[in-house]
Amino acid sequence: MATKNNKQILEGSRAIALAIKNIAPAVISAYPITPQTHIVEDLAQIKADGQADYEYVRAESEFAAASIVLGASATGSRTYSATSSQGLLLMTEVVYNISGMRLPIVMTTANRAISSPINIWNDHSDVMAIRDAGWIQLFAANHQEAVNAHILAYKLAESLRLPVMVNVDGFILTHSYESVIIPDSKKIKQFLPAYKPLKGTYLDPKNPVTLGAFFTPAYYLETREALHTDLLASLPVIKKEYKKFKNIFFEEFAHAAIHDNNLKKNKRQIIDDGLVEYYGPAKPETILVALGSLNGTILETIKDIQNIGVLKIRVYRPYPTEAINKIITRAKNIAVIDKAINFGQTGPLYSDIKTGLDITKAQKINIRSYVVGLGGRDVTKKMIKLIIKDAPRRNNQVKFIGHD
Amino acid sequence: MEQIRIHGRGGQGVVTAAELIAIATFYEGKESQAFPNFGVERTGAPIQAYARISKERIVTREQIYEPTVLIIQDATLIDTVDVFFGCTKDTIIIINSSENKWPKLERRFRHLHFTPATEIALRIFGKNIVNTVILGAFAKYTGLVSLESLKRAVKEKFSEKGEVIISKNIQAISEDFANAD
Repeated sequence: MATKNNKQILEGSRAIALAIKNIAPAVISAYPITPQTHIVEDLAQIKADGQADYEYVRAESEFAAASIVLGASATGSRTYSATSSQGLLLMTEVVYNISGMRLPIVMTTANRAISSPINIWNDHSDVMAIRDAGWIQLFAANHQEAVNAHILAYKLAESLRLPVMVNVDGFILTHSYESVIIPDSKKIKQFLPAYKPLKGTYLDPKNPVTLGAFFTPAYYLETREALHTDLLASLPVIKKEYKKFKNIFFEEFAHAAIHDNNLKKNKRQIIDDGLVEYYGPAKPETILVALGSLNGTILETIKDIQNIGVLKIRVYRPYPTEAINKIITRAKNIAVIDKAINFGQTGPLYSDIKTGLDITKAQKINIRSYVVGLGGRDVTKKMIKLIIKDAPRRNNQVKFIGHD
Repeated sequence: MEQIRIHGRGGQGVVTAAELIAIATFYEGKESQAFPNFGVERTGAPIQAYARISKERIVTREQIYEPTVLIIQDATLIDTVDVFFGCTKDTIIIINSSENKWPKLERRFRHLHFTPATEIALRIFGKNIVNTVILGAFAKYTGLVSLESLKRAVKEKFSEKGEVIISKNIQAISEDFANAD
């Protein structure tokens, strides 16, 4: 819809669907669930209009949809699925099978709260329920980041033989309009070549293999250790691929990035290694840490506030310990703002941040856990300001922000 | 940054109106954003949608609490919901109504406009669907977007709905635009 240079104004779901069309998976299977629906409806429509060659397999549930892409991927095809909330939970068993079989599946999660009570709106409870499943977890903060993350996701999945989930905030990104650039398939191919699975890694009658077989206590531990090791080893690869991405998709990268033409005057810097992105002063008083679209509102809030930095986590799993620690050790206070609660503990990202820091540093820096935006509660600048004000106070307990 | 909040009811195309504003202003070289605040999914429930317009990239995701423009698609909401929250004396208020039934509002707001969108909609569509109609008054009273860009946005957004629907919508917007003084 409407080009200005290469920019278009699109609904987030539409932008993701068009990116997937140009990435050209061979098999798509999904079961509709709010707020993922528009993505898979658009992909079905694109197929029905004869604009794409992929097989679109309708499923009777999310469990089936995940199983269908598992099967398709096991035969050596590029696949795609998308889900949300209860849908992701229903997929859980298959989600673990996918990583266990090392299938390079890419799936979008349009993040939504989970039941009960039933709630269709955004938070990160769904992805946090499967964060330990051995997938690479990417988070997008705007439409362009979402498009870019999907292209990167396929490159990572297929080169590392690990599944990748791209998390986009339900409604906030999926149902909003903003400007975005959709790279065409030719350009995508420069970065992401056609998928050719390695011989012996997929089901092929000429080279029979077994996937996801029975492992006794004598072998199982090693498979888990290997998945863990490989996930951690993907961190430098993600950094490298992100650099390559920037060089090819210059415009797309620039459009997603933080815009500040007066960095020097504002005494701020941008550090972006593909794993995390920091914006703020060299020696901030407080750094706010968050996942996803929340980073936009934080950026807007700190525009006129000195001494505050924001750290956006792009890659949540594997947890980029070094990249995160390098930034947060600059500050006196860290406010970790989660859109999920690890019941009986703290915000999940907060636990990670604490675990990632070695104990001597963790004691020196004041790290606070805040939970916002559950079940679609709007996260306002006022709430962010309240967190900034509260952050210097030492307290180990999680604080819920957003009551009237 | 211009912040536009639209109040209406489920089924009235509240969200589409915000999207059309974002699309039309994007055509004019501005950055824009539109998003809904869905309540429960049922026809008739009060709904809000938001649009932002800026020269610079828009990063904030919060809903609009201090609108520079307020559009009320369904005037029955005025007596049931606090539609004016966060509005100042200078907020441009556009209400779908043939007459001012709320004289007190004139003391509160400097830029208060009424537009007979329902009348125009009933005549052109035979239905009380005012979301596009009222954009004519929006363009006239705010100057934030041209009538031409709105027409182009309607053509794009409704491209799959066919020529008849597109031309009726364009006619409706144009009439509402011409009607606004």
